[in-house]
Parts: sequence; structure tokens; C-alpha cells
Amino acid sequence: MIRFSQVSKRYPNGYEALKRINFTLEREKMAFLVGHSGAGKSTLLKLITLVERSTHGQLVVNSKNLVKLPRRQIPYFRREVGVIFQDHKLLHDRTVFDNVALPLVVSGVGHRETGRRVRAALDKVGLLGKERLFPITLSGGEQQRVGIARAVVNRPPLLLADEPTGNLDAQLSDEIMDLFYQFNQYGVTVIIATHERRHIQRLNKPVLELKDGRLVNDGAPH
Amino acid sequence: MRAYLLRHVQVLLASLGQLARAPGSTMMSVGVIGITLALPGLLYLLVANAERVSSEWHGGTHVSLFLHGTVDNDQAQKLAAHLAKRADVNRVRVVSSEQALSEFKELSGFGEALDALPANPLPSLLVVIPEPQYEQPETLEKMVLELQSLPAVELAQMDMQWVQRFHVILKLTRRALIVLSVLLALAVLLIVSNTIRLAIVNRRAEIEIIQLIGGTDRFIRRPFLYSGMLQGFLGGGVAIVLIALCLHLLRPPIQVLANLYGSGFRVTGLGVFESLTILAIGMGLGWLASRWSAGRHLSRMQPA
Repeated sequence: MIRFSQVSKRYPNGYEALKRINFTLEREKMAFLVGHSGAGKSTLLKLITLVERSTHGQLVVNSKNLVKLPRRQIPYFRREVGVIFQDHKLLHDRTVFDNVALPLVVSGVGHRETGRRVRAALDKVGLLGKERLFPITLSGGEQQRVGIARAVVNRPPLLLADEPTGNLDAQLSDEIMDLFYQFNQYGVTVIIATHERRHIQRLNKPVLELKDGRLVNDGAPH
Repeated sequence: MRAYLLRHVQVLLASLGQLARAPGSTMMSVGVIGITLALPGLLYLLVANAERVSSEWHGGTHVSLFLHGTVDNDQAQKLAAHLAKRADVNRVRVVSSEQALSEFKELSGFGEALDALPANPLPSLLVVIPEPQYEQPETLEKMVLELQSLPAVELAQMDMQWVQRFHVILKLTRRALIVLSVLLALAVLLIVSNTIRLAIVNRRAEIEIIQLIGGTDRFIRRPFLYSGMLQGFLGGGVAIVLIALCLHLLRPPIQVLANLYGSGFRVTGLGVFESLTILAIGMGLGWLASRWSAGRHLSRMQPA
């Protein structure tokens, strides 16, 4: 699903955030991405969603060569990747329903189909019945669930989560992690960037570890 | 296809909603667009009405030859026939002193006073109509000088010179209208692109999110294009109202002036076609400006 070969990222100011990264994540697998802040976790995720372009190496995601993907194609590529953000990135002037429906509206899914899929996604994250509310009236955990529902609503084969439990207490963050685990059981490839070792031990999944822009652990069993 | 149209209607309504939610700034920009479009509109009406006035004065230039009082009708006829043979003369009309007197009686209203005169004080008049190709000012000038030197002629006068001047002024005004329209269209473009730029900056977070979940530039641009088009359209409407208002204020004094000249002239306002044209121009400019502005600012905007 994801293959990094000698991928480097140097920002225009000269800072080299990632240095010759090599790893492969097979389809339907799940992995954690760990490392100190500034180790390059966010940059790595940004490369996978083409928010940033790699400056060196080969990067293939979902059978697409991202190095050669033209700018016009980026939106269509992003529809195949569900992303969950630490700060949720919800639209606060729209209801929960409209937030979750956004990826479907963007890709032109019909009205009835949209309603059906949004409710299915909200059901999966346990928020059915709150679709008329505005995100601001929800708790932090619930807002993150809305973000998750939005990420999975058009059933992408790949899910990326950047510190999805950053602001949540232990019990809530366990629930969120269990959700990702379930999606992985359904066959979705999942990468979760986190700094909480607890989840890694609990779920027993491979770990990609970054240190100063280098991959010190590529998740392969030793 | 139906879903596609439905989506466009939704975006249109959403854009209307966005404009309605900020009535102050919307009214400001629509008002400025309206005034900007009204100016060339008014100038256009000025030109159109002036052209209508001048078309009432048919025929171009002619030269009036006032003959000496001693020249009688026969001599006048002979002179006319002689002049008609000139290469630069199309035809010559003779207005005998009797004809001139009766015309004058009719038009001036001094009828009875004129009857009291012992003799006809008016001279005979030859109206020389030049060939069209000799209607340039230089050749006419030459012709007038030549005719003036004839012994029977007391005064050779080029009439309708001011009509020519009027036409030149009209031509100038028409040119000015074009220049002004281009400048003001540019002004509308700048106004709309600036409001669109502000709208884009205000909704930056939303745009970034839509980019991240796979919204195409086209999708993101669409509401802004509608917003710009709507502003242009509403601005066009304001312009039409402003023009109608101006005409309403100007019509009575123009009517008085026209009556003073004994003309049945009536000021015409915007027709349906012209009104639609203003709306279309407003919309077109709005679209163009928002397209330009959105293109410029969205391409620079990348999700963080």
C-alpha cells in the first residue's frame, strides 16, 4: 500500500526533515508511527497526502507514483486517503452531518447515497442521532469521532491519523484506538502517528520509529 | 446531469446566503459596482440621444448664396443653372425673394407687419448642395470663396457647419465612451477581485480542509465564482436603477429645452435590450474578476 524508497524531504529553508526513508506497509496492515516531536512524523504523513512533495527518492501509495503525480490529480488521489487530525479540522459553521458529508459532496455523490453513507459512518463511531448538532457543542472525544467519520465516509483504502488522541484522556483515547483497530479488521490500511507507547503495547502492531528524520525502526519483524 | 445542475443551484443559493449574511459589505461592493456601471451607461444614453437629435437634421452641408437685391428672378435662375454645371455642385435650389418672404411670414409670425412694408426686403437665395465627395472642409472652403467672388452674390454662407462640428464632437464622445468604459470595467474587475480575495482569506480554514479531503480547485472556486457573478449582476441592477433615476431628474429640463427649439424630441431611457446588456456585462465582469482572483489566491493556498 505504501512504499518509501530512499525518500528525503528538504524544506526550502534547507532543513532536512526526512533522510533516506525506506519502508513498506502492505495492504490491510496497521502500523504506528512514533518519534519525538520534530522527528519528522508530520512531514512523513504530509508526503503521503501530497501536502508536501518529497525532494528525493521514490514514493508509491496505493499503486500511484506520488513523485510523478501531476498537481491536477492530487484531489482525486486524496479521496483515496482518509486523514484524521489532532485538531479535528472540522467546519464549525456546519452541522455534524454536513461535516461528515463533505468528502462525498466534494466527489459528487448523490443526495440519497450521501445521507445513507453519512449515517453509516456516524453509526460506526457511535454518533448517530447527533447529526443535527454543531461540532462546538460536542466534547473533544466526540469531535474527534466526527473527524474519523468524515475520514472513513467514502471508504478509503488507507487511513492516516496524526496524533488522534493527543488531547483526550486515557479511556477516550483507548476507544478511539479501538475504532482504528476495527477499521483495520475491515481491511483498511492504517497508520497512526502517536507518542503514547501504551497504545502500541495494547494493540501489538508494528512500529515505525523516526529519530531526527531517520527511520531507526522500519516495523519489520527482526 | 440533473445532479450536476442541482449542485450548481445549491452553490448559487449558498453564495446568495453568504452575501446575505454580510449585508453591509455586500451592499457596499454592489453599490460601487452599480455606480461604476451607471457612468458609462449614462454616457451611452447621452450619445444615443444626441445621435437621434442629429439624425433629424437630414442632409449634410450646403452653401447659401444671398444675391444682391438688384438681381431679379430670371437672373437668379440663370445663375443657378450655370452653377449646377460645376463639377463640385450636385444641384442648386432657387428660393426667390417672393418665396422667401412668404416662408418668413409663415414661420416668423410677423405676417401683417411685413404686409405693411412697401417692397420685399428679402433677397433671392440660391441653395448650393455640393457633391458628396466635395463635402470635406477644405474643398468647401474653396468653393465658398469662389462663389463669394461672383458679382451677383452678396454673401456666401456655409450652413450646417455646426452640424459637422456636432458630429465631430459626437465622434469624440463615442471614443471617450469606449475609453471610459474600459477604465471603469477595469475598476469593476478590481473591486470584485478584492472582495473575492477577502472572502477567500476569510474562509481559508474551510478551503484548506476541502483541499485536504480531495476537493478540486474547480469545486473550491465555484462558490466564489457565483459570488462574484451575483455581485456583478446586482451591481448591474443598481446601475439600471441609478440611470433611470438620473433620467427622471434630467427629463423635465431637457423637455423644456427641446420645446424652446420647437423640437418634438423626447429623451429615451434604457430599453430592455440595453438593460439586459448591463446586467450581462455586470455578471461577466464579476465572473472574470472572481475567476482571476480565485485562480491567483487558491493556487498559492496549500493545506498546512
